[in-house]
Amino acid sequence: MFSKARSKENLISRGIDNFFINIYEAFRFVIRFFAEVFQPPYEFREIVRQCYEVGYRSLPLITLTGFVTGLVFTKQSRPSLAEFGATSWLPSLVAIAIIRALAPLVTALIGAGKVGSNIGAELGSMKVSEQIDAMEVSAVNPFKFLVVTRVLATSFMIPVLMFYMGFVAMLGSYLNVHQNEMTSFISFFEQAFEKISFLDIFSSLVKGIVYGFTIGIVGCFKGFNATKGTEGVGKAANSSVVVAMFLIFVEEILIVQITNSLR
Amino acid sequence: MESEKHVIDKSEVMISIRDLYKSFGDNHVLAGINLEVFKGENVVVLGRSGTGKSVLIKIISGLLKPDSGTVNVLGKEIETLSGRELQELRLKIGFSFQSSALYDSMTVRENLAFPLVRHSKHMSEAEANEAIVSVLDAVGLEQAIDQMPSELSGGQRKRIGIARTVILQPTIMLYDEPTAGLDPITSIEINNLINLIQKKYNTTSIIITHDLTCAKTTGDRVAMLLDGKFIKEGTFEDVFKTEDERIKDFYNYNFIESK
Repeated sequence: MFSKARSKENLISRGIDNFFINIYEAFRFVIRFFAEVFQPPYEFREIVRQCYEVGYRSLPLITLTGFVTGLVFTKQSRPSLAEFGATSWLPSLVAIAIIRALAPLVTALIGAGKVGSNIGAELGSMKVSEQIDAMEVSAVNPFKFLVVTRVLATSFMIPVLMFYMGFVAMLGSYLNVHQNEMTSFISFFEQAFEKISFLDIFSSLVKGIVYGFTIGIVGCFKGFNATKGTEGVGKAANSSVVVAMFLIFVEEILIVQITNSLR
Repeated sequence: MESEKHVIDKSEVMISIRDLYKSFGDNHVLAGINLEVFKGENVVVLGRSGTGKSVLIKIISGLLKPDSGTVNVLGKEIETLSGRELQELRLKIGFSFQSSALYDSMTVRENLAFPLVRHSKHMSEAEANEAIVSVLDAVGLEQAIDQMPSELSGGQRKRIGIARTVILQPTIMLYDEPTAGLDPITSIEINNLINLIQKKYNTTSIIITHDLTCAKTTGDRVAMLLDGKFIKEGTFEDVFKTEDERIKDFYNYNFIESK
């Protein structure tokens, strides 16, 4: 009985130790990224290739999600506004919701699911099949080639995808507004952007960069530290998504608080 | 056979290991390893799976850190080197992985070009291509130049893995289980390739294996690893001319297995 309780205590203590060791390792990983990102050699070709992988290959999913989000959000908001005879506010309402919140968050969550898991699985598989060791022994810095390039690509492409999604979502919204009120394209966008300030666009840009960085660094960290063969690869891919999503929500709350305090 | 053997310069020590210890938790993998490898020599480290053979060459290449002891490679103590110095030293060490470790997302040409273009900045594309074709020719796989690793057989992957390390013209070659998982004929081809590379590029090699044919064909000297220590060292014949039951068992097991 006593030894059972003791082993449980040991297990908890080891779990806590591992948690803090992980945080320390992740912190070192981030520091190493900033130390290496400015140092030559610069892998420009690989950065461009990764931007293509992250950006272009995510376009169909981002387009579909953005269009449906804009269309459905407008459709769902209409009855409530119609009760007060305020359907003319729809473009502004939709623009605020999409630019300030939906486009950054939905793009980041899709990015975490699609890009983050891909990075975690790819690097995890390279780790367990000794490809990362092979790079290291051939005197090529694997961190520079694999991590720096991917994190830069996600930090650059997630904001681009986010603005693209915002535009597509507004098109979806326009379709519904035009169908009901016969509003012209130009007047819809004039009304929509009436309430959007520079701070809204800027905070969205910051969100995009922060979320992109988070997706990239978490995926690379999990993949780079994968162990135990194929099981480890699966775990790396899975935890890349879970941890990135969790961090994105925390960052969302923080950025919204900071932005609102600046308004 | 002996007349075909290469020249070993015993005045020049390429790798020197002193009192090397390495543990993973309670598992004491290396417990006091001492080894000297001379210029032009092929040393085979024999032992059962899980006895720490691969750990030894990973420490030599700086992939793992020892708990204690010194590893001196080409006159430089691995533990004391800075990151940049270790990178420079690694250019002189070729490492052939058990799994071949070819980059999945690259063709054979890109796999070979990957280290080459990064370390030969002034090399033109034509020169790089020439070097790639030449090294592929040396391993007998020129026709595979535009294939993906997934399209190659196990033996071909091993050859390409060796070609990728040889392309940087290393002074030292480390082979991790070069014949593991291969059929006997392909194994013989790989053994011959190791000897060919030794002659062509005048390398010094450590070959990690549990395959006696590989040890006999490629090794100038054999060191038997058991319980974290070398229990016997010498020529292949010397090592197995013994009354030590542990070595006899190992020999008999291989003999029965190969039958």
